[in-house]
Amino acid sequence: MAPETPAGDLRLANLTKTFGAFTAVDDLSLTVPQGSFFALLGASGCGKTTTLRMIAGLEEPTSGQVLLADRDIARLRPYKRPVNTVFQSYALFPHLDIFENVAFGLRRRGIRSVDGQVREMLSLVQLDGYERRRPAQLSGGQQQRVALARALINQPQVLLLDEPLGALDLKLRRQMQIELKRIQTEVGITFVHVTHDQEEAMTMADTVAVMNAGRIEQLGAPAEIYEFPATAFVANFLGQSNLIAGETTGGNGGDLLVTVHGSRFSVPARRSRADQGPVHLGVRPEKLHLVRSADEVPAGSQHLDGTITDASYVGVSTQYLLRTGWGTELSVFAANSGSQQRFAPGDRAVAYWDPGHAFLLGRHADEDDRTTGILDEPVGTSS
Amino acid sequence: MSALAHVPTASGQPVSPPPAARRGRHRLLPYLLLLPGAAWLFLFFAVPLVQLAAASLYDPTGSLSTGYALTWAFGNYPTALQAYWPQFGRSFLYAGIALVLALLMGYPLAYAIAQKAGRWKNLLLVCVIAPMFTSFLVRTLAWKTILSDNGWLVGLLRDVHLLGPDGRLLATPIAVVLGLTYNFLPFLVLPLYASLERLDYRLLEAASDLYASPLKTFRRVTLPLSMPGLIAGTLLFFIPATGDYINAELLGTPKEYMIGNVIDSAFLVRLDYPQGAALSFLLMSAILVVVFVYLRRAGTEEVL
Repeated sequence: MAPETPAGDLRLANLTKTFGAFTAVDDLSLTVPQGSFFALLGASGCGKTTTLRMIAGLEEPTSGQVLLADRDIARLRPYKRPVNTVFQSYALFPHLDIFENVAFGLRRRGIRSVDGQVREMLSLVQLDGYERRRPAQLSGGQQQRVALARALINQPQVLLLDEPLGALDLKLRRQMQIELKRIQTEVGITFVHVTHDQEEAMTMADTVAVMNAGRIEQLGAPAEIYEFPATAFVANFLGQSNLIAGETTGGNGGDLLVTVHGSRFSVPARRSRADQGPVHLGVRPEKLHLVRSADEVPAGSQHLDGTITDASYVGVSTQYLLRTGWGTELSVFAANSGSQQRFAPGDRAVAYWDPGHAFLLGRHADEDDRTTGILDEPVGTSS
Repeated sequence: MSALAHVPTASGQPVSPPPAARRGRHRLLPYLLLLPGAAWLFLFFAVPLVQLAAASLYDPTGSLSTGYALTWAFGNYPTALQAYWPQFGRSFLYAGIALVLALLMGYPLAYAIAQKAGRWKNLLLVCVIAPMFTSFLVRTLAWKTILSDNGWLVGLLRDVHLLGPDGRLLATPIAVVLGLTYNFLPFLVLPLYASLERLDYRLLEAASDLYASPLKTFRRVTLPLSMPGLIAGTLLFFIPATGDYINAELLGTPKEYMIGNVIDSAFLVRLDYPQGAALSFLLMSAILVVVFVYLRRAGTEEVL
């Protein structure tokens, strides 16, 4: 195994992959520190899987480098790389039993006595006693764990996971997320995890890179990205955001002033990605609070009034749509902690927020408000 | 033939128990569906087989004019074997060599069509099957032209001194083996193709990810997963090739005759029915033994 130095980092340098006229991965550069749990998050077709396959060697980069411990492995055949993959489809060998599936990598490298290691690995993924079963006799979750054991047993310098939980049902997925995180902590191997599920990425990863159209939009710790997104895409891909179009109208001490349809709001300069011209004022739905009248708004907060157009009770919270004076509907999540006032469609309401929770993003001059509805298909709202 | 007899019974079981009220009729249904096939098999396979078995035990001194008597003459078997063991051996030798040649050509061909051909897949499959649209006899006669002494192939081989100035291909064991290889190749390629077509390329990627070089991937993943097709194809090739007599007849001389030619002449030329029947049974049992040993060694519990 590589020594425990930063030299074991995985580094992608100007990595590009084109398929004909289509650029799947566009001049991508990033560093994955050794031993970290790194998530590549993006919608399907954003290039995250292609990136993973280039690290694995299953796809050859059009240009750029894949550096592992400062050695360029971009042009090595996959079977010569100290990297293993947990495939989305698991790709377990149907003609081999679980023991031989897990032992496959060791045997191909000419290791004779694999018995102890295989049993140890099966017990790590809690599949003791399944040695002689065939993959088809296992459930989806068990197959997933065999795929993990089969890759981990080789003690790769980097373990690649391609949507490994995609085929599991919600409950099992939650369980496996915790399990994967536990195993990663236990073995200390660098994990690069590709997923389209933002919750999965945030639950497990130390660092998340949000990808869009072959590029990285933002990279950082999950909380960092969520609390202060860098682009409108990130703001709405990682959770939801209310993005209100406005114009910057100068500063006031450490604050930036934004004019939105005649009203002025301030945002701390440290929470601003743009300090002049057209901007989006962003507030997360759960950072908005509803009250009946402006009198109830606490000092230091900023507020907007409007009319409730929809209220969806989803158990842990109630999700409201608030129509502002200029017609945009804002999402508001109110936790059902028992102390909140309840609103019904048609009620007048005031939404307020702490300026420290808002953020400013640059905006193209012709872009309007960008808000996301409560549900995929809003019920009871006019559009 | 034994494989054929198994086909109807394999599908004869209902998949899941239907509701109680309709169970009676549903239980009978599979057997009713079996009936036409079973009747056909009984009338045209089982009955003639028994008849042939009886004929193999007729008094060998009988003839069509004097009539035959069933005298349980088991001596017909050793007599026939003693007289024609070289043709027996030749049948298995030629079919075996042809099988090896066919595998060397057929496996890469089936693999290429199944995994690499892309949109040419269907066209290539048609090319494999197309020769079957003409008669077996015509195809073999075409080979007679290809291999003839003044054909281009022999001319070419003489020019590069692979054949002597008087060397020939026609009427040699080579011609017979080539004919067998060609004529039965599709029977090997098609089942192999069916197996390889289902092979998931992601398994090959997984093997490559797990330190298997292309050669090791073939040996550990591709080959074992194509085993059912390989076994089926090998049997479909080897069984008819062993019993074939057209290739030896048209492309060879009596020196290349196989057991099929002997049986053919026993029934149609020498009119020695007891001997023809005994040879037929000997051939059938020899093939069954070879197939059985082969399946055992191939170790596929799915087939046996």
